[in-house]
Amino acid sequence: ERERKSPPFNHLRMHPFSEGVSALQIYCMKEGVKDVCIPDLIKLLDILGDNGNLRNEEQVAIIQASTVLSLAEKWIQQIEGTEASLHQKMMDLEIEMEMFCKQKGYLEEELDYRKQALDQAYMQIQELEATLYNALQQDKVIKYGEPLDELQKDELRTAVEKLRRQMLRKSREYDCQILQERMELLHQAHQRIRDLEDKTEIQRRQIKDLEEKVVCQLGDLVCDCSVIYFLDDCGTMCVAVAARVITSVTAVSGSTMAERRGNWDKAEDDLPVYLARPGTADQVPRQKYGGLFCNIEGAFESKTIDFDALSVGQRGSRTPRTARRETGQEARSPDSDRKISPVEESPTASKQGGKHSPRVEFSTNGSIEVLQNLGDEKSERLLVKGGRIVNDDQSFHADIYMEDGIIKQIGDNLIVPGGVKTIEANGKMVIPGGIDIHTHFQMPYRGTTTVDDFAQGSKAALAGGTTMIVDHVIPDPGCSLMEAYDQWRQWADEKSCCDYALHVDITHWNDSVKQEVESLIKEKGVNSFQVYMAYKDYYQMSNSELYDIFSFLAERGGIAEVHAENGEIIAEEQARMLQMGITGPEGHVLSRPEELEAEAVFRAITIASQTNCPLYVTRVMSKSAADIISQARKRGNVVFGEPITASLGTDGTHYWSKNWAKAASFVTSPPLSPDPTTPDYLNTMLSSGDLSVTGSAHCTFSVAQKAIGKDDFTQIPEGVNGVEERMSLIWDKAVTTGKMDENMFVAVTSTNAAKILNLYPRKGRIAVGSDADLVIWDTDSIRTITAKTHNSAAEYNIFEGMELRGAPQAVICQGKIVVEEGTLHVVSGVGRFIPCSAFPDFAYKRIKARKQLAVLRAVPRGMYDGPVSEFSMSRGGTPSASARTSPTKQPSRNLHHSGFSLAGNPAQCGPTIPDDIPIRPAGRRIVVPPGGRSNITSLS
Amino acid sequence: MSGSSYHENNGIHHLKSERLLIKGGRVVNDDQSLYADVYIENGLIKQVGENLVVPGGVKVIEANGRMVIPGGIDANTCLMKPYLGTPPADDFLQGTKAALAGGTTMIIDHVTPEPGESLLQAFECWQEAADKKACCDYSLHVDIPQWDENVKDELELLVQEKGINSFQVYMAYKDTYQMTDSELYEVFSFLKQLGAVVLVHAENGDLIAQEQKKILGMGITGPEGHPLSRPEELEAEAVFRAITLGNRVNCPIYITKVMSKSAADTIAQARRKGYVVFGEPITASLVTDGSHYWSKNWAKAAAYVTSPPLSPDPTTPDHLNTLLACGDLQVVGSAHCAYSTSQKAIGKDDFTLIPEGTNGVEERMGFVWDKAVAMGKMDENQFVAVTSTNAAKIFNLYPRKGRIAVGSDADIVIWDPNSTKTITAKLQQSASEYNIFEGMECRGGPALVLSHGRVVYEEGKVQAQQGTGRFIPRKHFPDYVYQRIKVRNQAKNQQGVIRGLYDGPVYDVVPTQTYITPSPSARTSPTSHQPPPIRNLHQSNFSLSGSQIDDIVPRRSGQRIVAPPGGRSNITSLG
Repeated sequence: ERERKSPPFNHLRMHPFSEGVSALQIYCMKEGVKDVCIPDLIKLLDILGDNGNLRNEEQVAIIQASTVLSLAEKWIQQIEGTEASLHQKMMDLEIEMEMFCKQKGYLEEELDYRKQALDQAYMQIQELEATLYNALQQDKVIKYGEPLDELQKDELRTAVEKLRRQMLRKSREYDCQILQERMELLHQAHQRIRDLEDKTEIQRRQIKDLEEKVVCQLGDLVCDCSVIYFLDDCGTMCVAVAARVITSVTAVSGSTMAERRGNWDKAEDDLPVYLARPGTADQVPRQKYGGLFCNIEGAFESKTIDFDALSVGQRGSRTPRTARRETGQEARSPDSDRKISPVEESPTASKQGGKHSPRVEFSTNGSIEVLQNLGDEKSERLLVKGGRIVNDDQSFHADIYMEDGIIKQIGDNLIVPGGVKTIEANGKMVIPGGIDIHTHFQMPYRGTTTVDDFAQGSKAALAGGTTMIVDHVIPDPGCSLMEAYDQWRQWADEKSCCDYALHVDITHWNDSVKQEVESLIKEKGVNSFQVYMAYKDYYQMSNSELYDIFSFLAERGGIAEVHAENGEIIAEEQARMLQMGITGPEGHVLSRPEELEAEAVFRAITIASQTNCPLYVTRVMSKSAADIISQARKRGNVVFGEPITASLGTDGTHYWSKNWAKAASFVTSPPLSPDPTTPDYLNTMLSSGDLSVTGSAHCTFSVAQKAIGKDDFTQIPEGVNGVEERMSLIWDKAVTTGKMDENMFVAVTSTNAAKILNLYPRKGRIAVGSDADLVIWDTDSIRTITAKTHNSAAEYNIFEGMELRGAPQAVICQGKIVVEEGTLHVVSGVGRFIPCSAFPDFAYKRIKARKQLAVLRAVPRGMYDGPVSEFSMSRGGTPSASARTSPTKQPSRNLHHSGFSLAGNPAQCGPTIPDDIPIRPAGRRIVVPPGGRSNITSLS
Repeated sequence: MSGSSYHENNGIHHLKSERLLIKGGRVVNDDQSLYADVYIENGLIKQVGENLVVPGGVKVIEANGRMVIPGGIDANTCLMKPYLGTPPADDFLQGTKAALAGGTTMIIDHVTPEPGESLLQAFECWQEAADKKACCDYSLHVDIPQWDENVKDELELLVQEKGINSFQVYMAYKDTYQMTDSELYEVFSFLKQLGAVVLVHAENGDLIAQEQKKILGMGITGPEGHPLSRPEELEAEAVFRAITLGNRVNCPIYITKVMSKSAADTIAQARRKGYVVFGEPITASLVTDGSHYWSKNWAKAAAYVTSPPLSPDPTTPDHLNTLLACGDLQVVGSAHCAYSTSQKAIGKDDFTLIPEGTNGVEERMGFVWDKAVAMGKMDENQFVAVTSTNAAKIFNLYPRKGRIAVGSDADIVIWDPNSTKTITAKLQQSASEYNIFEGMECRGGPALVLSHGRVVYEEGKVQAQQGTGRFIPRKHFPDYVYQRIKVRNQAKNQQGVIRGLYDGPVYDVVPTQTYITPSPSARTSPTSHQPPPIRNLHQSNFSLSGSQIDDIVPRRSGQRIVAPPGGRSNITSLG
């Protein structure tokens, strides 16, 4: 029998798989095996294994075969389970759809009914009016000359008017309500359908994987078998089993496909019906406002896009494939199916990338428990292949495997589980996601807020490759820091699409603020606090307060951030400018010359160095300020400078623009320097490491909001955009010009910020265990910045028309693909607050060492017991800075004094006056203690 | 010292119209040196040149080829600055005698009124005391202890009628003399209009107060607490701030007492940027350093207390001399304010109470020669410039003082570069018991000093008469300082951009100030507020349509756009 069976195997080995048909299938076809019972087979195998006269290889093969068999059994069971659940789900879906259809019908009926009622009401009103009018007319004619006096007429008229208005209002409200309800239902339906689709997709993928695995392993097995040149009946059966497994797998997958197709067909057939109304022209505004679901706007957009994309992709590929599958089933070569699947798998898989959180939500819903055994729905697995990882210290080629939003493995040829989405980086740079250390999203300003809230702002951030923002909490002077912090947390938790942390601004200083700062550091995860040296009478702190704050923060391990401008001089200059009649935005820059910034930076550094506190200068806008920071760093002060996108990208010449709105959109403070060489200079300083991090100070106001200051530049709300452009701009201005290398680029856009905030290495680095915030950076793409395409809500972009090389090709945030090829898939509210702990090493290591060194000691001296001149403390004009008096002095001096007054006029006695000095000023009293001088004060 | 001979002609001898001829000297001015004789009559230089034709009855002084230089001008002395009611040990008589002994023929003293006191009264008080006692010519700076309308009037009077053109403000001494940045801005603008020079005592008083508290809290009460609480950064910071303010206002700034390297560097940088700023190191900072604050002898340590303090960095004097030589610092003062040890002992338990001041008026010229010229850093012309001419130019005394030229005052020093003497408190003119330069050797010194054409110092002896010093009034707008300022005033005229009226939508500001604008000025433009009734109308219109679905959409959250009835004009068109 062995002899008989060997030839086909030999034959097979010569061209395995070359015809697209596996050896196994051919064998199966030849043998005509169609059905097997797996337990029987296992039994047979066991018997075979017990056979004593088998060689080792043979035994191994048998063991392998049995393993495969048991696995196959399990898979088949799983697949069957899936099939059942899918069936169930489809049923549910259909039922739901019907329900929605019905509801829709009802609603429409109701609407019609209401409309009719409305019409009727109108008719009635008109009739009433007519009768009334007639009555009036008649009254006038029939009765005497004045049937109703003017007052009555008016009353009547107003009553009628009122009635009509009431009716109108009511009807409109009804209308509204109905529409709203319908929108709600529609939305729910959409979401449900989308979720179901996602599920189906996942299952399909899992099935695919199973299928692939089975086939591969079986193929291997077959090879093995042929190598050892051993196959008896049991072996045949084995192969047959494998064939059966494949068949069943194909069958199942086929059925899933079919189901899915049904699903899609529905989606294609039914959904447009649903969407028809929101899609039509009259409903456009409704669609734009998203009803009670704040994310409905974005959801609708991406949804529609996704549907289109999906249906196109599926339609194109499915029809031929189903055909082929059928033929394949007939020909018993299901592998043809497998061959096609990867081709179409990747686009669909990646297209689904943006819609994960709904699925997570869904799995907790409980209605589809069956699905949960199919794997952890929450774990998002991603593999970035073939990229060049760029950290701040080195670059290397490696793959990255992420799971649950955390980087799990880095290296070549990673062993990853199934169900992994793969992103092919094709040798592009993979860098840690940017950290924008300075934003003002949703910042309240005089009762309004900046136009970019946390959702809009973080969306723009992600679009630009920034995966974490650090926003400033600005409490009003006199308000509690803690309350403001909670408020910001609430806003950000609701809306932010990416991780965030918070700075807290200290706008006033007293003991209660002190306590709040302490508890913010200890309990709330805030380690950086901003103080203002500008904004006189509002936020500005005096030097003494700054000293206090800095010393306090140095003790507690916080970072002191300063807005460095001399507020007092600014106030004077502003008054002068307004007096000169300069009210336009150019007054802003004229009243805030860069010297004032430099001066304040200098002062802040001095105070920080006195208090031994690390200092962080926000918004370095001018050359001179940057110079001062660099000098201070050279002296060894712990100071960090943060240029912002605007100062790195553009200059202040636009303040003189004739277009008021344009000029106003550049208003920020410190202002952009009118010196056009500033951006270049700052980029150089950034490259040399003298400036450490980049922020954006993104704080956008609409033109209407800016126009608050149309007659007075001091009223223009301050802030520019930049969160989206930040990374590209630095790449364009610093890296492509050759000032900076890619590692430095990573350092200034991400790593240094993470280090300063004590988030490193969780953020700011691609390493095992770090958060999966990555950007695949395309160094060659060129885009033109314009307000029409940017993601911010502002009407102006201060970088309008600028061409920037370098852009994120894909952005992965929390292990999910959020930007791909310019398409955003963001979900607001998924951003987490990242607490920052105190005493960041990056800033505090040196400080700690210095603290130990810089202990001041007094000089031990003998007591001075020489004469002490008389003085009157009552005179206020001591040049000594402190009015403190030593408590021991006063009584003892008085005693001396009284003892001496007995000796006559003290002015004349003057025992210490040497004789050779002729004239002593009169009125001086030298008080010699009774014991005479000790030698310690003897004059040399 | 034996070289100069002194012939007395018995002929026409009149005390007032003393005629003098200095023969055979090398006249050194700040621009050139030349061999010439100088003929003096009535306290004025009448002729300079060789082979002069002079009338009979002339005293002839043989210079024997030594340098004949303009008498020194000490631009910073405090001979009457009271501390807690006690005046310093050296009054005008003692102080000017010491000045003459050191080759300084004119001092400019600081009038220091108490806060709240009238500037004018203080000035008169100082002038009276000086007129009685001073042995050499003097002028006065007036310190501004506070800022209000009265002070403004008084300043105007002082400048226009009293001949004062320099005023000092303090950035230190919190709660007494210190001024805020806003006040400084106003003072600078005001003084600039008057054409005066602003002197700044540059130290950050707020931080000093904090540091003093800290240091005292640590139990450091001795004089070493003084430099510890006033680190040189605070000086540099204040200098930087003062310069910034000065440049904003376009007002010349004169930094008194440059004591540290960093402050001097800051000034040098500012000058390189073209700011009009002058720096004045003092004798103490040019010669000695702050290591003595740690002396075990309390009295000695206390004698060094001045503020800003001497820098503990021992390389400071050398650096300051270098900057002085290259012109980054311009004037040498002495800040002579000598207190006796018993006065210093007021602060024996608390260094913040130690009266601040060191000696230096006598040693000033000698040490500049020793440390700068004898070291090869400086030439003799620059020596004249920093000790005399520059001060005269800045304070508008030039060419009456600070130059040997026909018509100038006959304040002349015959300088002997070879003489050496050892400084000691025993031989000094000053009345204080300690000399901070004790034991130092100094090359170079005056051989003979003429003031008003009279010999007041010769052979180590001062022959001055009390009360002969005159008050020298100074005019405002000194050319040396104000020429550039004037031109810049015209050049710097800023103009607004002429734009069409913005008539786009304006966001309606909530009138209640719940959210305070970060904008520093509380001025509100009258048109930016819409009257509330109009807005209410809009609001009621909107409420008819019920709660809008887009209420939560961020783009237009809660904003009300008031569009003008005529629609937008193209001036605000976006894009």
